[in-house]
Amino acid sequence: MRHADELRSRIGLTGQYAAVDEYLTGRENLEMVGRLYHLPKREARRRADELLERFDLVDAASRLVKTYSGGMRRRLDLSASLVFSPPVLFLDEPTTGLDPRSRIAMWDIIGELVSGGTTLLLTTQYLDEADRLADRICVVDAGRVIAEGTSGELKARVGGERLEVTLEQDDGLEDAARVLERYAYADSGVRVDAERRYLVATVAGGAGLLAAVVRDLDAARVRVDELGLHRPTLDDVFLTLTGHAAEPDAPGHEELRDEKEIA
Amino acid sequence: MSLAANTGGVKVRHHSKFYWALADGFVLARRNLVQIPRIPELLVFATIQPVMFVLLFRYVFGGAIDVGGESYVNYLMAGIFVQTVAFGAVGTGVGLAEDLQKGLVDRFRSLPMARSAVLTGRTIADLVRNLFVVFVMLIVGILVGFRPEAGLAGWAGAIGLLLLLSFSFSWIGATIALLMRSTEAVQSAGFIWLFPLTFASSAFVQTDNMPGWLQTFADHQPMTQVIDAVRALLLGQAVGSHGWQALAWCLGILVVFIPLSVTLYRRVAAR
Repeated sequence: MRHADELRSRIGLTGQYAAVDEYLTGRENLEMVGRLYHLPKREARRRADELLERFDLVDAASRLVKTYSGGMRRRLDLSASLVFSPPVLFLDEPTTGLDPRSRIAMWDIIGELVSGGTTLLLTTQYLDEADRLADRICVVDAGRVIAEGTSGELKARVGGERLEVTLEQDDGLEDAARVLERYAYADSGVRVDAERRYLVATVAGGAGLLAAVVRDLDAARVRVDELGLHRPTLDDVFLTLTGHAAEPDAPGHEELRDEKEIA
Repeated sequence: MSLAANTGGVKVRHHSKFYWALADGFVLARRNLVQIPRIPELLVFATIQPVMFVLLFRYVFGGAIDVGGESYVNYLMAGIFVQTVAFGAVGTGVGLAEDLQKGLVDRFRSLPMARSAVLTGRTIADLVRNLFVVFVMLIVGILVGFRPEAGLAGWAGAIGLLLLLSFSFSWIGATIALLMRSTEAVQSAGFIWLFPLTFASSAFVQTDNMPGWLQTFADHQPMTQVIDAVRALLLGQAVGSHGWQALAWCLGILVVFIPLSVTLYRRVAAR
């Protein structure tokens, strides 16, 4: 590479494992990275303080990193990538192994970075993470790109929404199945899991459909514990793209903007 | 503050490549040095081992070893100093292997810093650590009867030679770490080459009593040269040819192992 150092001053990188020094404090880690970006000493210190504050690490700033929790390490690791405010940021599974609260905090920070103009390249196993953070998604399976597009485009490839019903009692299963069959998309049928008293059908009709389904189930005297209409998730997309050889093209349907659920 | 991207001009100070190689090396040397008091076990074990050697040879074997006119403890200490700094090379390797394993090297390679700094930072810090351990060993030596007779020049020469050996062996340790990469492997492999060099030398006994082939090896290997030179300097004796031979060995090691380990580091870091 001809301008490797110039390139390196414009990117930030956060790997899968927090690459921070355990035997330095949080502040020392950030100052060291600042110095290695060739910031003057005072500038490196100022930037470290800013980042510690922004990433909620002020209280822990003078503690050795080996005393940090996993979430704190990740935040420190990410802030180390941001010392130079790089226009391009690479994040490799930034929330793997984090508890839900830390994950959401991390997502907020990443969202703010992206709206601040940072170009982000994120790899993740968590498809809800991709759904939430990414403008364009590339699905990679066994090293090959098998699909590419926005979250909406990818979901459209899977097809309609899923109508899921859980019953209060076992005896209504057959009646419920008959009702759902009327709404199932293009004779795709109803899948019944008797043990969990659960039924699922692929439907195309949007939220308006729900009211009709509720009325029909009520008329058939089926007592419903839970009823929901789900837009396909990226998990469905992934399973459809990788699990089956070739699905027929997705049917045209109106896409739900928000997930709707009636409990 | 905002987390806005820095898309405009980046503020980088302009200096020569050589300036940054040194500056980055010192940033990392400082990082390695501040860690030493935070992992006291490492320093304690680095010190206890040579102390045990001093006690073992001074009080157990020493009485049975004839070193000519000199008192055994005066003969022994030069060997102990050299052994101590030589074994420090294992610490260099282990530290570097840990940085590789923990992904810190991945962080460093994403930064616009001098590639060589990870290695120079490590070896310079180990030089300082070795200086400290040698100082502790000197006190231990004096406590068990070591009586050096060196003038200022002798001390300067002896310490300079010890540091040069420490620095050059550290680069060998770094090379081994870059070949092995796992801390455990570096720990064992790091000692294997040091044992024959340490014991088939003039550190603990005079080489005259060794079988001919071993004596030939012992008389010409770098540690013996450094030990004999340091011993002569500390005891106010004539250094003879050992001085320049020791110097030549150390510089030769540096000339070979600095480029070798930098090349290996680039290869490891490029993966």
